Amino acid sequence: MNGIRGRGIRVAYNGLVAVAGVDLTVEPGEWVALVGPNGSGKTSLLRALAGTVAARGEIEIGGHALVSLPRRRAARLVALVPQHPVLPGGMTAAEYVLLGRTPHLGYWAGEGAADRRLALAALERLDAASLAGRPLGALSGGERQRVVLARAVAQDAAVLLLDEPTASLDIGHQQQVLDLVEGLRRERSIAVLGALHDLTLAAQYADRLVLLDRGRVVAEGPAEAVLTPEHLTLFSGARVALLRGPGGELVVSPRRDLPGESR
Amino acid sequence: MSGAGLNPERPLRRVGPLALGVALVVLLGAVLAGLLVGAVGLSPGRVLAELADRLPWVSIDSGLTEQQSAIVWELRLPRVVLAGLVGATLAAAGAAYQGVFRNPLADPYLLGVAAGAGLGATLGIVSVGSASAVVPAVAFAGAVAAVALTYALGGVAGGGRAGTTLILAGVAVAAFFTAVQTFVQQRHADTVREVYSWILGRLSTVGWTEVGLLAPYAVVSVVVLLLHRRLLDVLAVGEEEAATLGVSASRVRLLVVAAATLGTAGAVAVGGLIGFVGLVVPHIVRLLAGSSYRVILPLSVLGGAAFLVLADLGARTVLSPAEVPIGVITAFVGGPFFAVVLRSGRRGWGP
Repeated sequence: MNGIRGRGIRVAYNGLVAVAGVDLTVEPGEWVALVGPNGSGKTSLLRALAGTVAARGEIEIGGHALVSLPRRRAARLVALVPQHPVLPGGMTAAEYVLLGRTPHLGYWAGEGAADRRLALAALERLDAASLAGRPLGALSGGERQRVVLARAVAQDAAVLLLDEPTASLDIGHQQQVLDLVEGLRRERSIAVLGALHDLTLAAQYADRLVLLDRGRVVAEGPAEAVLTPEHLTLFSGARVALLRGPGGELVVSPRRDLPGESR
Repeated sequence: MSGAGLNPERPLRRVGPLALGVALVVLLGAVLAGLLVGAVGLSPGRVLAELADRLPWVSIDSGLTEQQSAIVWELRLPRVVLAGLVGATLAAAGAAYQGVFRNPLADPYLLGVAAGAGLGATLGIVSVGSASAVVPAVAFAGAVAAVALTYALGGVAGGGRAGTTLILAGVAVAAFFTAVQTFVQQRHADTVREVYSWILGRLSTVGWTEVGLLAPYAVVSVVVLLLHRRLLDVLAVGEEEAATLGVSASRVRLLVVAAATLGTAGAVAVGGLIGFVGLVVPHIVRLLAGSSYRVILPLSVLGGAAFLVLADLGARTVLSPAEVPIGVITAFVGGPFFAVVLRSGRRGWGP
């Protein structure tokens, strides 16, 4: 049994509560999008699930209680793609992706030929094989995001946590990255939990949405149930229109109040 | 290499045989120069013959007198080996610190080794005199004690021994130890010159005693640091991401600090505070050969050894028969050389 199960997850930084008791389940092969306004606790929840911040409550990853897992074993089960990954400028893309093999290696062991093969295959899977020898400092935003995803793929974990994987990408690269995640999820039955700020993309790609506000789950379910006008006012009082696209898909469109127009 | 053919660019290459070969040739050249040149003029050909005579299955009469032969085997060679060990240890420790603290200014003295050793040596010199064998021992103890204190202080402070916390704790400890050392020194003004000369660094040695003292620490330290080269690359993505990859930054830091401290304390105990090697050699390697610690660490070991052998050669020949403090040479030659490399270097410290 893989995937994520969380009960009453709480995260606080020096007494400041960021996640205030969240229950959450993501099944293997399921894609759940975390949505919510800035500061609603999305990143903290992802960090708690990745085990990089101390959290209270119960977290099970792949059927194991996270607290009882040694760090290296946990890293074999969960891969996190952070919102602002550190990309050492002089490191090549292939060297960077090879870091994804770290949890599978002993403390002082080096990578074997199989690890190198997996790293290059991960790059290839994300259409980034041609970037292998390029230094990270010389990559464009879209290329970087694919290389960072490739590292997570090389990590070969059953749970993939994504923190705003499409931030700062143009619309085409956003779709490209999400399509790649979608493909991985299908191929490998990975449980995907991704914080997404673009609600339209979240509605289109995720099986389910979880709406967070001030550290709590406000709504959960299919996009139609979560993206309602009253829920959307939680987004800093956003003024939006909920439309339907040509294929019947939900579109969240921002609306500007024009001067003199009555509401 | 394995993996070749998968990608023609071989992006996963570790230390290339070419770079390793060049570094070994440079080190060999430095060692030979250190053996052939000295205060006493020995014919280079005879010294080479003397060296070759010791090779297995080779027997050559070098024509050196017994006394001259002793100069080669009991003065020059131990000194070259000592310089090589000190240089290799300091450069490896500096490279590892730059990686583990992700700080380009890190050097082996970052966490208070220098101040601790300085205090220890000063106490030793004022109480038993600079010639005593006790001085290296108390310098070593002082260095280890200072880093241990830094580590303890870093744990007490908030932040759980994060890199920055440790560096700041090191600053506090170094300031404190230096203050005590200055106080002791002022109270014993007659020894100021000896303390000063110790601090500037010297590798004077007769016979193999110092080499024997340092070798175990140097070897263990360098080997442990070399074993961490892959993990230092992992830490390049920061502590939190390293944690998501299953690596505990604090554990790596503890082991690296322990290994580097043992080696540095040993080097300082026999050689004084030789600056610049640990800071600049890894940077020169980084600029010439790339930013991966799989490359930086091994090449720093070889480059640090070669650099210090040459610096020591300069130290004992520039004003021969007087000696220039080796720390003066390392900074005087290393500074401009570093500036040139920095100017022409292609790969800098990554963002």
